[in-house]
Amino acid sequence: MNTAKSYTATRNACKMCTPLGAALVFHGIEGAIPLLHGSQGCSTYMRRYLISHFKEPVDIASSNFSEETAIFGGGANLKLAIENLTRQYSPEMIGIATTCLSETIGDDVPMILEGMGRMEDRAELVHVSTPSYSGTHMDGFHHAVRAVVEHCNPEGPRTRHRARKTVNLFPGMLSNEDLRHLKEIFEDLGVRLILLPDYSERLEGPSWVEYHAIQKGGTPIKDIREMGLSGASIELGTILAGMVEKGEKTAGSVLKERFDIPLVSMGIPMGVKATDRFFSALEEITAKPVPEKYKRQRGRLIDAYVDGNKYVSKKRAVVYGEEDFVAAMAGFLAEIGIIPVLCASGGRSGFLKQALNQILPQNIQGQVHVHHGMDFTQMEEAAGKLSPDFAIGNSKGYTLSRNLKIPLVRAGFPIHDRVGGARILHIGYKGTQQLFDTIVNTLLQNRQDTSAVGYAYM
Amino acid sequence: MKPISILEERKTQVFRKGSDEFDISCDKKSLAGSVSQRACVFCGSRVVLYPIADALHLVHGPIGCASYTWDIRGALSSGPELHRMSFSTDLSETDIIYGGEKKLEKALFELIDIYRPKAAFVYATCIVGIIGDDVAAVCKKVEAKTGIPVLPVHSEGFKGTKKDGYKAACDALFNLMDRTREESPEKIPLSINILGEFNIGGETWIIKDYYKRMGIEVLSVMTGDGRVKNFGSSHRACLNVVQCSGSLTYLAQKMEAAYGIPFIRVSYFGIEDTSQALYDVASFFSDRPDIMEKTAALVQEEVKAILPELQEMKTDLSGKRAAVYVGGAFKAFSLIKALKHLGMTVVLVGSQTGSKEDYALLKDMCDPGTIILDDANPLELAKYVLEKDAHLFIGGVKERPIAYKLGLGFCDHNHERKIPLAGFEGMINFAREVHETVTSPVWDLVPRKAWNR
Ligand code: SF4
Ligand code: SF4
Repeated sequence: MNTAKSYTATRNACKMCTPLGAALVFHGIEGAIPLLHGSQGCSTYMRRYLISHFKEPVDIASSNFSEETAIFGGGANLKLAIENLTRQYSPEMIGIATTCLSETIGDDVPMILEGMGRMEDRAELVHVSTPSYSGTHMDGFHHAVRAVVEHCNPEGPRTRHRARKTVNLFPGMLSNEDLRHLKEIFEDLGVRLILLPDYSERLEGPSWVEYHAIQKGGTPIKDIREMGLSGASIELGTILAGMVEKGEKTAGSVLKERFDIPLVSMGIPMGVKATDRFFSALEEITAKPVPEKYKRQRGRLIDAYVDGNKYVSKKRAVVYGEEDFVAAMAGFLAEIGIIPVLCASGGRSGFLKQALNQILPQNIQGQVHVHHGMDFTQMEEAAGKLSPDFAIGNSKGYTLSRNLKIPLVRAGFPIHDRVGGARILHIGYKGTQQLFDTIVNTLLQNRQDTSAVGYAYM
Repeated sequence: MKPISILEERKTQVFRKGSDEFDISCDKKSLAGSVSQRACVFCGSRVVLYPIADALHLVHGPIGCASYTWDIRGALSSGPELHRMSFSTDLSETDIIYGGEKKLEKALFELIDIYRPKAAFVYATCIVGIIGDDVAAVCKKVEAKTGIPVLPVHSEGFKGTKKDGYKAACDALFNLMDRTREESPEKIPLSINILGEFNIGGETWIIKDYYKRMGIEVLSVMTGDGRVKNFGSSHRACLNVVQCSGSLTYLAQKMEAAYGIPFIRVSYFGIEDTSQALYDVASFFSDRPDIMEKTAALVQEEVKAILPELQEMKTDLSGKRAAVYVGGAFKAFSLIKALKHLGMTVVLVGSQTGSKEDYALLKDMCDPGTIILDDANPLELAKYVLEKDAHLFIGGVKERPIAYKLGLGFCDHNHERKIPLAGFEGMINFAREVHETVTSPVWDLVPRKAWNR
């Protein structure tokens, strides 16, 4: 069945632009502040977008192009921006992400930075190239992580001993609660973790007594500098793994290349099977057994699967969002008997189909329609023909769910129409438990709402 | 903690009434490296044209500009809702290299074919200005083939500020109006156009109802609950009533020059300003004293209906301090008056795009000690909110977390809100919102307050 026609224009995009992902990464580093090299509007819009999800201040500076800048190049503006930013924020790192504008006029940012020379006690200047016309916010995210790691771990002989017990973890674009859960797991294991990025405290801190130019929290830069000494790196994301295989550089592959640090790539741990893989990888890397606490979580989760099996079996779901999220979520849904009839993303890595082929059981693959580079309008058209029972993804799918009259389970990024979007836990046995309960309850509620009788019993 | 410092270059954009004596600088480009609360030219154009609900709004550029503005505004339509879709040419690398004209043309034909809009607006964003697409030529071509007006909006973000975006939108509107206008130039008696009213949360409907009750005919609204065909008789109005002067005064001037329609500037926010607006329109039609009579009756009736509740809320709000940071300065004037009405004092006021005259007026209106800011950034806003120990912040989405982090109430007053704040009815909504947030018990738990006690 042909579910999607191709169109020239994008209608209600299911993606954001590259610098947004990069900006988020810099908010996950201690003392860092993002600076977009381009027009002011871009940074204002991205701030607005991120603020609406995190409900926290998310400052993103801009080099504020003017007409002259666009003609004569942005070098002077960029320098001025760095100076002003330094004076007002005293950052430890400035993450300079380019935009479509500075890329198109051909500003050579590394050269401009070079020209500024080195200065004592000035912030680290990390440049990441993020033209939005190639890629999505996820590409910007991964590129920024890589740029930071490259910058902080220059090639060359190691002067210090390897800290074999330390693990680098590149989680991808997860929620605050997910990041906190990862930290908890490593704490319980008693293994030192360097998590990059980690915006879980910066973008969800307590109320303040005084103003903080840069919020507390984030991965300390000195830790990032030690990544080259760690015992192993883990990168989450099946798509990301595909990119590494294709030879694209990621943070993990750079560390492997430069310092021979083993890289373990795997999908985001959503669902029992994926989380099992995650924990066994941890066991292997750290040579420590899975703590009892997680075994109990696993036990409860599977018991809950059993209790709820009939409410979800053979249900049909629309899954959308960034590609790695879609792949992991679809894997989890299939595990409980839900058929992810439509798996769609605005991203275009080229790996989504392949990833889902790997993850999904053979017997349902014929029923799963996979689309990359898809927008919400196409998605709605396609979903309409597949009689889905519910949709799961970020809050931008609300329009689709409303038009198709199916419930929406909110997960991923962004959550603009609810509080607590950043507190949704998706990963591990515990996160899977919460997803499972939410999905079952959503389906039960829908059955109740649409029933003529309306039983107060299941 | 190091104190928040104000950048040298910004010192003329920060004014303390009573101790400072300079003219506030405005119309300045934002400083490189600052985290301005301003948006861009494109944003200005989009705000103005957005409510035209049966037109196609196509953003020509890479995806971001369209993605971030999808359905973010609260402008309501009583019919079609095409304006709520986010259309983008989503330019890719090859388009950047070889030009985006072909893609634009194809996208336009396709979208017009699917959605059958009554007109199309094509917003040129930054990149388009750089790669040099001839947007106007493409529009012309598509227009010739489809028979609907296809209008370019020159809104490249780096070519100015939000104000320039208003201007670009006004140009497009005027263009539309001039080309769809009826033959007859004759004035329609007792008629007006409403300019600068965007039907946020249904505000246009509230205002239109007032005029109807006064016996005034509203020919067109620019652009609240707008339709392309509504502009056909705009040129026959006796008067243009311009709200939110920042955005559409330029169009009013153009219409005055072209069709001889005089204009007045009003605000529909707060009891005083709403009444003043209606009275001003009534007195324009001075040959019809019955209109003034009806207006007086209307104002009386409406005010009577809301006063008791306002009075009640005032007892809780008296003496509380407010900070106001909004897009246009005109809105700030009204807010100051409305807050005074609730017994509150304004300790900080600023705007993204105020003009020299605006700031002069603000200085006059404010109490000594009030901080006045042009194009402020989060650090400055926070600094003065703390210094003045405000209880309430009025602003937009980007200011909300600043207020909340510092533990003070917040009221949304820009295009993204969903509640009508205009007219008498709106004043009650506004007061309720302010009251709800300022009197919330959660502030007692917030560290900054709790530790001060
Ligand atoms: S690219 Fe230009 S037009 Fe688009 S949001 Fe950025 S500044 Fe505005
Ligand atoms: S110009 Fe590029 S970077 Fe800026 S908002 Fe648009 S897509 Fe994003």
